[in-house]
Amino acid sequence: METGTSVALPNATRGQIGSIASGPIAAQEQYVTFTVGTEEYGVNILSVREIRGWTPETKLPNMPDFVRGVVNLRGIIIPIFDLRARFGGGSTEVTRRHVVVVLQVGDRTRGILVDAISDILTVARDDVKPPPDVDSGLIDQQYLSGLVTAENRMVTLLDVTRLFAGEAGEELSSSSIQIPHQAQA
Amino acid sequence: MTGGYSDDLSRFKQTYFDECGELLAVAEAGLLRLSPQNIDLDEINAVFRAVHSIKGGGGTFGFSDLVAFTHEFEAVMDRLRSQQIGVTIELVDVLIRANDVMAQLLTCARDNRATPPGLTDAAAADLKRFLAAVAKKAEKDEPVAEDAPPPQRAVRRESLRSFVIYFRPKQDLLLSGNEPAFLLRALRRLGETEIVCDAGLVPSLYDMEGESLYLYWQVSLTGATDEAAIRDVFEFVVDDCQVDIVETTGPADGGEDEAFGLFSENMPYVPPGQLTVYDGCAIPGAGGEQPAAPSAARPAGEAGGSGGSGLGGHTIRVDLDKVDRLVNLVGEMVITQAMISEQLRDVPPGTLQQLVEGLEELSRHTRELQESVMAIRAQQVRSVFSRMPRLVREVAAQTGKEVQLATSGETTEVDKTVVENLVDPLTHMIRNSIDHGLESPDERERIGKPRSGTVHLSARHRSGRIVIEVEDDGRGINRPRVLEKAVERGLVAAGVSMSDEEIDNLIFLPGFSTVDTVSAISGRGVGMDVVRRNIASLGGRIGVHSTPGEGTRFVLSLPLTLAVLDGMVISVGEQRFVLPLTNIIESLRPKSADLQSVANQYDVIMARGEYVRLVYVDRLFRIDKAIGDPTRGLVVLVETEEGGRLGLVVDEVLGQQQVVIKSLESNFQRLDGVSAATILGDGRVALILDVAGLQTMSRQTINRGARRPPPPAAALAC
Repeated sequence: METGTSVALPNATRGQIGSIASGPIAAQEQYVTFTVGTEEYGVNILSVREIRGWTPETKLPNMPDFVRGVVNLRGIIIPIFDLRARFGGGSTEVTRRHVVVVLQVGDRTRGILVDAISDILTVARDDVKPPPDVDSGLIDQQYLSGLVTAENRMVTLLDVTRLFAGEAGEELSSSSIQIPHQAQA
Repeated sequence: MTGGYSDDLSRFKQTYFDECGELLAVAEAGLLRLSPQNIDLDEINAVFRAVHSIKGGGGTFGFSDLVAFTHEFEAVMDRLRSQQIGVTIELVDVLIRANDVMAQLLTCARDNRATPPGLTDAAAADLKRFLAAVAKKAEKDEPVAEDAPPPQRAVRRESLRSFVIYFRPKQDLLLSGNEPAFLLRALRRLGETEIVCDAGLVPSLYDMEGESLYLYWQVSLTGATDEAAIRDVFEFVVDDCQVDIVETTGPADGGEDEAFGLFSENMPYVPPGQLTVYDGCAIPGAGGEQPAAPSAARPAGEAGGSGGSGLGGHTIRVDLDKVDRLVNLVGEMVITQAMISEQLRDVPPGTLQQLVEGLEELSRHTRELQESVMAIRAQQVRSVFSRMPRLVREVAAQTGKEVQLATSGETTEVDKTVVENLVDPLTHMIRNSIDHGLESPDERERIGKPRSGTVHLSARHRSGRIVIEVEDDGRGINRPRVLEKAVERGLVAAGVSMSDEEIDNLIFLPGFSTVDTVSAISGRGVGMDVVRRNIASLGGRIGVHSTPGEGTRFVLSLPLTLAVLDGMVISVGEQRFVLPLTNIIESLRPKSADLQSVANQYDVIMARGEYVRLVYVDRLFRIDKAIGDPTRGLVVLVETEEGGRLGLVVDEVLGQQQVVIKSLESNFQRLDGVSAATILGDGRVALILDVAGLQTMSRQTINRGARRPPPPAAALAC
């Protein structure tokens, strides 16, 4: 039984999405922001299909730990990615308060597991700062589309198309996760 | 809005090609049934109309090669239906070949390819030869309405006859591309006419739709013609209008009193002003309560190929995607319904009585709905069976054998995908039966069988599956030879003793062939194993039963749909998986004495007289908290499609269940050892295991030399 609850986005926001999308100059973009640990991330609201509560996942064999598993989203089966694990923070200990942001990436539907939804930000294009040029640390540069400051918080904007692409995103094979084992052995 | 026109046109083209596909099938089926002993005019007419419709559409889209060729084809068919050409076997062969050429031309047109030079030459020449034979009599090239009445009919009476024709088209006549003016013009060619148009049904301008036809006509015709000739004019619109013909020549003119009498009862002469008796939108359909009309111009109902009309029939053309969406949604509903039921199971009895009852009712309706929706995708196996007479004919000709094909159960229905995937295996099996199974006519005669062998193709439903049998009355499987060949090819060890059944089943092994010479038909050793694999990929099984000297029977058993699967739910650790029932042989809990380790690489158990390798699902999939010990858990003995056996070590078998197959790949990717996923009654996802994939995975593990894959301890997390 699905115990999850879906959170509909506020109507006012939906109206604005429409006006932005159809407006001649889309100088502003809206981002759904959420927290993972102490950090705050944002994804473009146009790629967000829905936000739902956590439902127990079915694990997939021989996948890296950031592939949390699959869940049933009204009859379609979607994979859930653990964003904390994706950024090297280890697997999330899930509670009922955790949420899944369901994203539409191309023609695929995927979910990311985050700690909590925090806000919907309207950001002028010009206010988005390019990510600082750091040596590839925990979070790979290619997922980032920029940084933005909102009420003294820094929000990292994620590029969802790249979040699941490249590196191990496209075809995660069991071989890709065996390298660490061999390194350990 | 650029490109709107061409988009529209391409959409029409698509419809045209869709229709042509059906028309080609109609024509082929009709031609195959045609023989000098079996001449059915309805059938010939159906073929003629199919060819005519293909030509007509081809002209609209400017496929000139197609039109030129179909014109010849059509002309021959026209002579055939007017019985100016007699039916001969040679003619039927020529026509079948012409139908093939037409199909090739259509393929070229669809793919926007140029017609290969010379494609039509041979067939066109053949057709022309038949035309030339009758050219003396009928010179005209226009085969349709303008054609002079064929001699047979013309003989009747030279004197002038008068008719009154009531022509009442349906309102949507124009939508099917017909033009009443042409019909009227054709009538005028038959004699002196007086045409009165009845505009009594034309609505006010406000209600009028531009594409609808509101007019009726009454035509008084006097000429040296007969009723059949008049009916011919309306041949292609017969479904879209009502045509009543009353002869007014008067009894004194003699001869046709019968017909007159028939009509004078049902359809008395009505002055034009009173023609508006029919309500504009409810004209009785051609197939409905229309007064008994002479059968001359009635199309064969199932042929469905009349003049591209197809309107007013009992079928609609629906995009397959729409149906699939419906199937999916209903699948969801079934799962949701099961979820609610499961929740209510915990309710103490006596409470919420009405809710429980209502839910039971709902579940019954849901099941019925699911069945009805699945039935939309169901197709009769007729569409596959009808291709086989052709094949039998060809293979019989190639092998010099005499073969009769008997079919039964053509109306058995099964999912469209299953039907489509049956063509190749059945083709192969029938070839095989004729080539290997049946003896030559002389040999048959010598052993007291009829010269002509019989291949019987049958279909029927049995316990939720479809069973298809291909049975021949030939020589049966030559077991000593099969065994000998199998040993020769190293497929079985020499000297083993095998039961008859086991030997028969050797023919399904890859690389097996008893024929030393490779023929065009079979014998390349890529035979029955491919059939078996195809059938297995559909979730089916194949078996063979043979009696030496009496024949061989292949039995296929297939699921009715590919959307659901009969599975066994098993658990490993906290996870549940579904194992396809077709793979499972049995489950058992071995004693520790039954377990053996081979070279410290893998474990085997003795089951059913052979050693079976154990595959620990928990280790292969790195599942925590599993029992992982066959003596405390269970071993499920499974068989891959290729026949290899494995023992899967699992925790528990939870029960049998029919599950709806869901794709993992549409939102994620393929996984090793997993064929798809499904949603169980509690809404959770369960993976469907791919036994062959598990076998490969476990083999790789062994090859890597690790007895067990490393524990799942710290994957990427550090």
